[in-house]
Amino acid sequence: MKTKTLMGAMVIAGAALSTVPVLAADPATNLLSAMCSGCHGTDGSSRGPTIPSIAGMNAEYFVDSMKAFRDGTRAATVMTRIAKGYTDQEIEAMAQYFAAQKLVRFPQSFDPKLAERGKRLHENYCEKCHEDGGMKSDEAGVLAGQMMPYLRFSLDDFLQGRREIDKKMKAKVDDLLAAEGKEGLEAVVHFYGSQHDK
Amino acid sequence: MERISRRGFIKAAGSTALVGMLGAPYLALGATKKVVVVGGGPGGATAAKYLRRLDPGIEVTLIEPKKEYYTCFFSNEVIGGGRTLETLRFTYDGLKKHGVQVVHDTVTGIDGGAGTVTTAGGQRFAFDRCIVAPGIDFKWGAIEGYDEKASETLPHAWKAGEQTMLLRRQLESMADGGTVIIVAPPSPYRCPPGPYERASLIAHYLKTHKPKSKILILDPKDGFSKRPLFEAGWKKHYPGMIEWVSGQKGGKAEAVDVAARVVRTEMDQFKGDVINVIPPQTAGRIALAAGLADDKGWCPNDPATFESTLVPKVHVIGDASIAGAMPKSAYAANSQAKVCAMAVVALLSGKQPPTPSYFNTCYSMIAPDHAVTIVGVYRLQDGRISEVPGSGGITPVDASEEMLRREMAYAQSWFNNITDDIFG
Repeated sequence: MKTKTLMGAMVIAGAALSTVPVLAADPATNLLSAMCSGCHGTDGSSRGPTIPSIAGMNAEYFVDSMKAFRDGTRAATVMTRIAKGYTDQEIEAMAQYFAAQKLVRFPQSFDPKLAERGKRLHENYCEKCHEDGGMKSDEAGVLAGQMMPYLRFSLDDFLQGRREIDKKMKAKVDDLLAAEGKEGLEAVVHFYGSQHDK
Repeated sequence: MERISRRGFIKAAGSTALVGMLGAPYLALGATKKVVVVGGGPGGATAAKYLRRLDPGIEVTLIEPKKEYYTCFFSNEVIGGGRTLETLRFTYDGLKKHGVQVVHDTVTGIDGGAGTVTTAGGQRFAFDRCIVAPGIDFKWGAIEGYDEKASETLPHAWKAGEQTMLLRRQLESMADGGTVIIVAPPSPYRCPPGPYERASLIAHYLKTHKPKSKILILDPKDGFSKRPLFEAGWKKHYPGMIEWVSGQKGGKAEAVDVAARVVRTEMDQFKGDVINVIPPQTAGRIALAAGLADDKGWCPNDPATFESTLVPKVHVIGDASIAGAMPKSAYAANSQAKVCAMAVVALLSGKQPPTPSYFNTCYSMIAPDHAVTIVGVYRLQDGRISEVPGSGGITPVDASEEMLRREMAYAQSWFNNITDDIFG
């Protein structure tokens, strides 16, 4: 899995500083990363309703995403144009910065019944990779508390072939759709959207 | 302005110690450093907030005449009927929570040599560094007959608030079959795609409520921002409703007759039922009064720090500044404010300012399910803010309907996040 060990270690080092805002990284990296917050929210926590949070995102996932936007293998509205403005080194620096930020999960409106059903479906179909109810960001973005419209866009991109989906995930999503239909997928979105800071 | 409460002092000292332990380079010892920020729009408010976040030991005073700020961005949505003015209203309570001292007064003088700012209310504030973010002002009279008084009848609506509502009310009371004239400004001006977004959202309102009406854009320019995207959008949603007259085709407005509601160009004259005149612009008045502007009315600066090249220790950011390839937009002002705040913090402690990076995204709405963007990633190149080659640019002309719908959804999020980053 690429440079996972090294990246992992750096993430842990970053996470240890996560209670300190802005000042944890060097000034140039702070500045580079502060440019993102106009869209993604201060320190990477989005107030939504649509643009995803990037705070607390696994650094490797951040780097992979930016590179996929840059080379056009992942579809997007603005990110494909934005990613082309950054070098590998800058992307790595921003990845460390955002991995070290504490994600603030802002409340979203959701259907409690759907969310309850989504919780069960998550445990059956998603928990194996998106651990801890989608709270963890090991190989993917944080799902718990992520903006719901963004999650719908992402699922649509995976299903429509606008974004590469790995085999394991494809199989799980297909199973879920076969057993529960589109409402099952929507239920999972509501489960993630139901998780917010108290 | 020398006051610092005991609790404030302990808080400031505590966070300084923490920063020191982490080896961050901002430790400022000795006398409290003072920064005065002039203007509480996106540029000024962001600068004040980020200065405090970066170094709580700095005493930051923001001086702004108004107690509430209405964002100019998204005010076209209010004019088109898709949003209330109330949703554009922001107070300075958020900045106060960051320890910014907010003073409501009008700055009348900035003296870089003495390091003082003076106000209409007779107050005087000392500074080590001053950040000026006065936005734009209008060249009244540049279009004959169009002065401040005339704008009470023919609104500019290019500073949000009462002007926005005036234009909205005029559109509401216009009869079906009427003509709306938008007089577009010459470059440079605040929000390059703004006049064309305005035409789009007015067209949406008219299409729904007064479908026999027309919109005429009289423009001194021969092109405009995101033009292929706007023209494709107009054709798709409002065929035959919007006519754009370029400078070459005689679109430059020379004069207005307020009572007769007529705009005169070199060759012709046009009668409108509603006339929106967006006048030629300069940097905000205080920038001119303080000697910060060049003969064209905009403020030259060192783009690594935004320090004025005309008045040392005074920085100019946002619409008023000359910022290379960056447009005059709220995101640009927010981005410049962060570069400037970082530089000021470094300079106050005798450090080298960090390598700058700049960014902009502008959303323009064409219809309720259709928005487009322009994006810019910028670096300092040979002393000028320049776009990173091969990056940025406008929404692809062949973007799918799904992507255009998403741009609209993201636009609404952008508003929430940037206003929180500025005022929250």
